[in-house]
Amino acid sequence: MVMTRQAMADPLYQGGELDARDLALISIIQRGLPLCSRPYAELGAQIGMSETEVMQRLLRMQEQDYIKRMGVVVRHHELGYRANAMVVWDVPDTQVNELGHCLGRFEFITLCYQRPRRLPDWPYNLFCMIHGQDRDEVLRYIDFVIKRCALHDIRHEVLFSKRRFKQRGAHYHRAAALSK
Amino acid sequence: MSVLERRLLNDFQHDLPLSATPYADIAARLGVSEEEVIETLQRLIEQGVVSRVGAVFKPNRIGASTLAAMAVPEEELEQIAAIVSGYDEVNHNYEREHRFNLWFVATAPDETRLLAVLNEIETRCGIEVLPLPLVKDYHIDLGFELKWS
Repeated sequence: MVMTRQAMADPLYQGGELDARDLALISIIQRGLPLCSRPYAELGAQIGMSETEVMQRLLRMQEQDYIKRMGVVVRHHELGYRANAMVVWDVPDTQVNELGHCLGRFEFITLCYQRPRRLPDWPYNLFCMIHGQDRDEVLRYIDFVIKRCALHDIRHEVLFSKRRFKQRGAHYHRAAALSK
Repeated sequence: MSVLERRLLNDFQHDLPLSATPYADIAARLGVSEEEVIETLQRLIEQGVVSRVGAVFKPNRIGASTLAAMAVPEEELEQIAAIVSGYDEVNHNYEREHRFNLWFVATAPDETRLLAVLNEIETRCGIEVLPLPLVKDYHIDLGFELKWS
């Protein structure tokens, strides 16, 4: 059974807000889909929701952009992408959108966010994450984007990662899950 | 790494078939059995290469989250990092090469709880926590194209 937009015609699903049932679903899906033949049925069984309702709600959350993507979540480091740098740029406020969009479209850039400056300690307002098989590859990517996005005059720093103390998916609604 | 493993890792980072039987659908596309897909994914998870099959949520559309940085004296880093990682709200915690050398992401059901966690970390560690929440996301997440050398 593949979900179609027709399945969304139910008036229950027209609103843009998440309700308590969405939050219950989020709280159990964030640790991953079960690896079994009918994973949505299995998830639903844990919270008293039918397979169809689980799928409808997940589809709506994707359409409404709560969910960025559904699929296999890989761990870069274990796959041989040993080098990972957060590159931070001090971009004039009037240029941050333009440069953010320029950086955000490269396939080797896995995150690209505007964040606030914290002066005087922290002058950087544009952050991007670059993964590579080694440091040299990451540095080559940085040179490449400096040319492609004309970042020559933009002050930046490269923060390579060293030890990884913790990495897992976010737990959004633990408290909500427990109370439902 | 087998061809099946590579294709599972690379081709299904997004657009997981939203059908009642997604693993059977993947299997049909790859010309293998559903059992092989499930067993291979199970193995990749056990090996730590895959963290999960599931949903990646957009930051700050559900709950509240922020990146935060701390400048920790080198000799205290391990101890401070352990305190930070001890919070269930902290999902990423990395050492980076910079005066600000400890970087973590905290996520909570709401802003109040998030701020409480950051304040508590600051108090317990005696080191300032610099919150750097997302203002705007410029990245289009299509997963990550893997290259096989």
